[in-house]
Amino acid sequence: MNSQTSTSSPNIGKVRTLDIEILRYDPDKDQQPYFQTYQVPCQEEWVILDAINYIKDNLDRTLSYRWSCHMAVCGSCGMMVNGEPLLSCHAFVRDMPDKVKIEPLENFPIARDLIVEMDGFMDKLSSVKPYINAAEDRTIEDGTYKQSPEELKDFQQYTQCINCMLCYSACPQVALNESFVGPAALALAHRYNLDNRDIGRSAREDVVASNDGIWECSFVGACSEVCPKHVDPAAAIQQTKIAATTDYFKRFLMPWKSNNKHTKSKDDNSRQSSTKGGNDETGKR
Amino acid sequence: MKLANGNYIRPPARYSWWMRQGRYWRYMMRELSSLFIGIFCFILVWGLFRLAQGEAAFNHWTNELWYQSAGLCWLIFLFATYHSYTWFMVTPKAMPIKLNGKRVAAYIIIGAHFLLWLFASLVVWYAFIYGGNT
Repeated sequence: MNSQTSTSSPNIGKVRTLDIEILRYDPDKDQQPYFQTYQVPCQEEWVILDAINYIKDNLDRTLSYRWSCHMAVCGSCGMMVNGEPLLSCHAFVRDMPDKVKIEPLENFPIARDLIVEMDGFMDKLSSVKPYINAAEDRTIEDGTYKQSPEELKDFQQYTQCINCMLCYSACPQVALNESFVGPAALALAHRYNLDNRDIGRSAREDVVASNDGIWECSFVGACSEVCPKHVDPAAAIQQTKIAATTDYFKRFLMPWKSNNKHTKSKDDNSRQSSTKGGNDETGKR
Repeated sequence: MKLANGNYIRPPARYSWWMRQGRYWRYMMRELSSLFIGIFCFILVWGLFRLAQGEAAFNHWTNELWYQSAGLCWLIFLFATYHSYTWFMVTPKAMPIKLNGKRVAAYIIIGAHFLLWLFASLVVWYAFIYGGNT
């Protein structure tokens, strides 16, 4: 076992033939998807994406799938490998049994073969405004935004998301309720809420703290387990739940503080940065 | 199910999805544990109710329900332990505590929960064993 994984492995270049079963679907011809099996001579150091590329190059040119970087950065090649959502460029042949079943990502409509329709995901993503919502009254004279390494550390892990959608495939809540905003989008919302340059928290709240937002999550934790970039969306969602609950009770106990949503968010933000030891400049916001 | 635009949707298994994978199974067991903890609460509340009705009623409850349900209570204990264990292990996710601007390590948060649990159990045990004699 060790000799297989070490760099000086005697198995490098060794070829093993895998039975790769792929779910095929052509919307122009097929009424429903079906499995097609290919015998692929795989080198042990390959990843599943190499095997699929081999099929495309040598066995069946009609096979459709997405991929780009081949190094777990672009997030295009996610698919179900033996029932587990994986980046196929990150799924090593040496870890696979002799039979491998490959399907398009679950919980998404299948457009063709291994390609899923991702419009729904893109809509959810944009609904949480995943970008810095700057204060409108900020002028050039205010100078550049400042952020300390500590402030960056608060949200850095959530910036690692590559939108590969593996978490949506793993999440049973996404499967049962297609309007659930979902792990990646909620993690990104949390990322910008934590950013000291951003004041968009209350603008995001309508989507994030709704029934189809964080409250649809029951903390299965599958999203964090399958995430190839260790973003930990489950943690982001639980923290957002706590923040939203605190907000609710604050609004309830101190109603004079939340007459205007927009003002509130600004207050919130200046308070946040001043407790973080923000300088005068951050205090101005 | 083929849609008008040609896309195909494979409907999820509505009732058996959680049997497909270990992580879903573990999650469902954690959810199920709340049912057993609910039963335990019911037994206790029933006891309080009988206590209010007088000594004879309470003794009847002790003999009829409390002692009879010992087996069930062990099962409840197992589920409660599983629930607490799995819950404590994920607490650092829900509350990333910062002290002096630094994140507290996950094992400290988890460890503190287990220590508190142990402490609370000892207090309850002490009250249970010696509470009546003081």
